[in-house]
Amino acid sequence: MISSVLRRALSVSLLALASAVVLPACSSKNAAETTHLPYYGDRAMQPAPMAGPADTIFTVPTFTLTNQAGQTITNDTFKGKIYVTDFFFATCPSICPKMQSELLRVYEKYKDDPRVLFLSHTIDPAHDTIPVLRDYAERLGVKDASRWHFATAPHDTIFSLARAYMTGAQKDSTVKGGYAHSGTFALVDPQRHVRGVYDGMEPTQVNKLIQDIPVLLKEIESQKQTAAR
Amino acid sequence: MKLGPLHWVRAAAVVVAVLLLAGCFTKRKDEGARLYAQHCANCHGQQGEGLRRLIPPLAGSDYLAPNRSRLPCQLRKGLAGEITVNGVKYNQLMPGNEALTDSEITNLLNYIQNTWGNKGEVWTIREVADELKYCGGPHGL
Repeated sequence: MISSVLRRALSVSLLALASAVVLPACSSKNAAETTHLPYYGDRAMQPAPMAGPADTIFTVPTFTLTNQAGQTITNDTFKGKIYVTDFFFATCPSICPKMQSELLRVYEKYKDDPRVLFLSHTIDPAHDTIPVLRDYAERLGVKDASRWHFATAPHDTIFSLARAYMTGAQKDSTVKGGYAHSGTFALVDPQRHVRGVYDGMEPTQVNKLIQDIPVLLKEIESQKQTAAR
Repeated sequence: MKLGPLHWVRAAAVVVAVLLLAGCFTKRKDEGARLYAQHCANCHGQQGEGLRRLIPPLAGSDYLAPNRSRLPCQLRKGLAGEITVNGVKYNQLMPGNEALTDSEITNLLNYIQNTWGNKGEVWTIREVADELKYCGGPHGL
């Protein structure tokens, strides 16, 4: 009786051990072979806003924002580029500094590649005026506003964009700083499709983002070549 | 000598007690590190490095020693306004944490002042408690 229980326990633990050894091997192999990034968002519920090919892949809506240099930025600002986006606020005491230092890591990696842009939205537009955003960007070491935009817009615009980029953001007086939000980074392609969603608080996921960017750049280059032919 | 079941129970109890005690001490010993990771590291960095010109560093910070007597209240009540650390001006609100006990603040201060190459004078809980008696509102507010 006891021995059969023991044997079962042994086989279960052996299985667990084996999968623990085998599974990471699997996933790291997959990561190395990633050649195509998935599309995020609900396909059936979100028809493309423009007429044309029957494209039902979720598309980031049109937007108009103002960046730290006081310039108006729209979807056209990111035309032909890929960009990484997140949501923060300048006085955020909880996750933002960690999140922004992780995004800074991505920025440092791609700051010499003009095909990659960055867009941080403030979720506290009442406090984060343009001078505040400019000061924040400069303190973070971002001198070129055209590469990393720190953007503001009316509240409703920001919160609906947060949903589009799959970030949770809402007013919440029970949390420090007054806003609850997740530290999500979204990777967006030139067709305004979300191609990656990462937890900006997790360095391993941010490493994945750093690996995914060249995959998306390669895809864009091959599309350009096909179009040119 | 033959060991009866009672001996085994007793022996097991001793082992468990020793393990529990050891657990207690280890937890207590690492409390500063644990609290730092929980409450401070997101902003000040895992290595106390700070974040550019936004968040001041704690590692190698020239602010800690001259402002020693203010530190306990700053952890409890927060800090606002411009401060200069290692020649760089910072102006970011630091939230306080009213939930930290006097002993937790002591452990946190000792961790910060004796990690990453920092060599601050050791805090006693009595010294921290004395400082905490005179905390006003948030500093600089």
